[in-house]
Amino acid sequence: MARKLNLRIWRGNRETGALQNVTVEANEGEVVLDVIHRVQAEQLNDLAVRWNCKAGKCGSCSMEINGKPRLACMTQVASFPEDEEITITPLRAFPVIKDLVTDVSFNYKKAMEIPAFEPPVGMKPGEPRMAQMDVERSQEFRKCIECFLCQDTCHVIRDHEENKESFAGPRFFIRIAELDMHPLDILRNRKKKAQEEHGLGMCNITKCCTEVCPEHIRITDNAIIPMKERVVDEKYDPIRWLGSKIRKREGIL
Amino acid sequence: MTNQIERHKYDILVIGAGGAGLRAAVEAREAGLRVAIICKSLFGKAHTVMAEGGAAASMGNVNDNDNWMVHFRDTMRGGKFLNHYRMAELHAKEAPDRIWELEMWGALFDRTKEGKISQRNFGGHEYPRLAHVGDRTGLELIRTMQQRIVALQQKDKAETGNAESNIKVFAELTITEILKEGGKVSGAYGYWRENGAEVLFEAPAVVLATGGVGKTFKITSNSWEGTGDGHALALKAGANLVDMEFLQFHPTGMVWPPSVRGILVTESVRGEGGVLTNTDGERFMFKYIPDVFKDKYADNEAEADRWYEDQDNNRRPPELLPRDEVARAINSEVKAGRGTEHGGVFLDVSKRIPAEVIKKRLPSMWHQFYELAGVDITKEAMEVGPTCHYVMGGIEVDPDTAAAVGVPGLYAAGECAGGMHGSNRLGGNSLTDLLVFGRRAGMGAAEYVKSAGSNPVSEAAISAAAAKIQAPFTRTGGENPYKLHQELQEITHNLVGIIRTKKELDEAIVKIADIRKRISNVTVTGNREFNPGFHLSFDLDNMLLIAESTAKSAVVREESRGGHTRDDFPAMSPAWRQKNNISSFNGTEVAVKQQPLPVLPKELFDLFDPHELEKYMSPEEMAKGGSN
Repeated sequence: MARKLNLRIWRGNRETGALQNVTVEANEGEVVLDVIHRVQAEQLNDLAVRWNCKAGKCGSCSMEINGKPRLACMTQVASFPEDEEITITPLRAFPVIKDLVTDVSFNYKKAMEIPAFEPPVGMKPGEPRMAQMDVERSQEFRKCIECFLCQDTCHVIRDHEENKESFAGPRFFIRIAELDMHPLDILRNRKKKAQEEHGLGMCNITKCCTEVCPEHIRITDNAIIPMKERVVDEKYDPIRWLGSKIRKREGIL
Repeated sequence: MTNQIERHKYDILVIGAGGAGLRAAVEAREAGLRVAIICKSLFGKAHTVMAEGGAAASMGNVNDNDNWMVHFRDTMRGGKFLNHYRMAELHAKEAPDRIWELEMWGALFDRTKEGKISQRNFGGHEYPRLAHVGDRTGLELIRTMQQRIVALQQKDKAETGNAESNIKVFAELTITEILKEGGKVSGAYGYWRENGAEVLFEAPAVVLATGGVGKTFKITSNSWEGTGDGHALALKAGANLVDMEFLQFHPTGMVWPPSVRGILVTESVRGEGGVLTNTDGERFMFKYIPDVFKDKYADNEAEADRWYEDQDNNRRPPELLPRDEVARAINSEVKAGRGTEHGGVFLDVSKRIPAEVIKKRLPSMWHQFYELAGVDITKEAMEVGPTCHYVMGGIEVDPDTAAAVGVPGLYAAGECAGGMHGSNRLGGNSLTDLLVFGRRAGMGAAEYVKSAGSNPVSEAAISAAAAKIQAPFTRTGGENPYKLHQELQEITHNLVGIIRTKKELDEAIVKIADIRKRISNVTVTGNREFNPGFHLSFDLDNMLLIAESTAKSAVVREESRGGHTRDDFPAMSPAWRQKNNISSFNGTEVAVKQQPLPVLPKELFDLFDPHELEKYMSPEEMAKGGSN
């Protein structure tokens, strides 16, 4: 059942690096993270890789496998043909720290720029009443495990470092959408801010983010496009903007 | 040398950024103190994300018969009356407020028809009690608190111009030592995982919230972070561990394929109607209902099935017995040759629940099996078996303040603290444990700092801590830490596992001592830059202490109770129910002594039916009727 696997693993640091060829055994049912761990234990003790839960729930082991942004713990070795060489590289959109580990602090900086959830003034804990249907829209976005694969794949920053300053990226568009659709959130102008301050307009809806999302969140269809549409509506129709806020607050007692 | 070390000064240092640590940090910050949060991995990745089923709190949203007293009784019962009563009491009373508070920070729990927070059934809980978000409740908790911390930082930024002026997260940093001056906490020492650079934190109070010890064992649901750091740091700092023999083997971990061995299959699968069968097709749990639970669990399939529709007039299905009972039952079935070829049994929801409902109620389970094992749980059964999941034992604390006994300035909350769950934790109680005692630890530490003031670190303490970090690189020709870790896991798995005997435990103690000798010679290759071998050499030292404490506590406790089963002492002992095992460390080895368990006060004693207490307590205890 075991098979020999030829890997090309990127090794290096902030300054330099290169692909290193490694041959390692893979057992039936194993994922790429398993073989990386085997390489680490048996051959390259100091190979750097981030991981935590090994069950696709924490979003730590993000890397690029044959050029595709993926979670190593959710990528079956068996999904590659027997004789195929597997190339494993760090996320391209972020600076390398060492080997497969990148500096993802960009994302934490962006998180800090999104205004926090704001509940109605005077609402007491235990009081909220919300319909399941109304919470589900935001719940879809709260499934996000912050693997940042969507950020990595997004052309706006992947190929244009200079855009990082003014572009929050798909992860934070769904965060804004989540708050915007949150039945209890009262902060106004989230969509407008997404457009004006977080670079929503730079997204040209190629849906690459949706394709790589391991949680299958429909980032483009359910967050980005609706926000873009409504930003346009609201720009021209203040009554409609008011209506959307009233509807949003229906769920509150 | 020491003046080049990166130095930080805070009022409170929180070690661990899971649910308990983040909740403690929020509380301490809101009390007006400056807080540093240390995480071993990235912010928001802690093991709390793995909690699936929900958070137990007697809000009474689904069944209004529920209240804190029922929850308290269930918790004590689940822990086989070895819980610290005061922790169980505080937990049951405060859990609902902690859940409602999360909602005010943006959490979105699933709802009832009336729009309240929905609550689901779970093993050992008399009423539907677990607030949940599908089966990703832990992620919701951690994200909500992570975002709460960001909100506090945004507020600070508006006021001081610096988001990190009062609360700062130090991600990917390992703490190797708690520092003390004059017998009191003065700070902590550690290194950045990224480059190995050393860091000194000066802080008069430290909150330990480092989670579990699962990586000490071979098959575990814990991630690499579960290496018992807080337990070990506390021991080394002079604190005690209580009842380290009690480990929860979650009954349903994945067993196949090998890459996912140990990963959890949430108890909600059973709560939603999943049944356990062996390879003969027998629904075997009916054979394993212990006498103490006979009046609460159905002894036939018809009644068990009716319970899902009518919980007032039927007893619960035995699949929902406390976790220790189910784990032992599965273990017995497999040992009797009625297990699958991979050493598990079958867990099936596909026959009872329509596919779309499964995908809706158990989305991440469906996802997990489909993508990791190629199994569609809407069509076929899962293969499951016990996995090391949770340690009930932990740092001995004062229940009200979460202060570690014996070390002024040291606090502990969450899984690394002991006492709350007794000999066995009920599912759903850990998420509210985190919130209730995380908050109390934050409060306790804040009050302490306000009265005790600062406690400067001495240069001697810094040099000593620095020398320990350097050590693995200065040696040559020693052993590989990965190999020693595997050996340790084999020992704990084979000799300190679900079923234990004196002979095997004695053997384990000798073997662990042998590894302890060899570890002093561990050699690390490469340099300090993000070097996992280097990291493991510290984790390994912690895990060895855990293993030693567990084995030594297990060998003296001559009874079987909750997460501690002795083949040579199969029954519960009323005498041992009145004792805690207290581990301490003298720098070379762990010593275990017995200490009386705090006696249930009369008003809590009276919450129980005396006939139930008789099953656990001696006639003398019954005659006394609790303390005054």
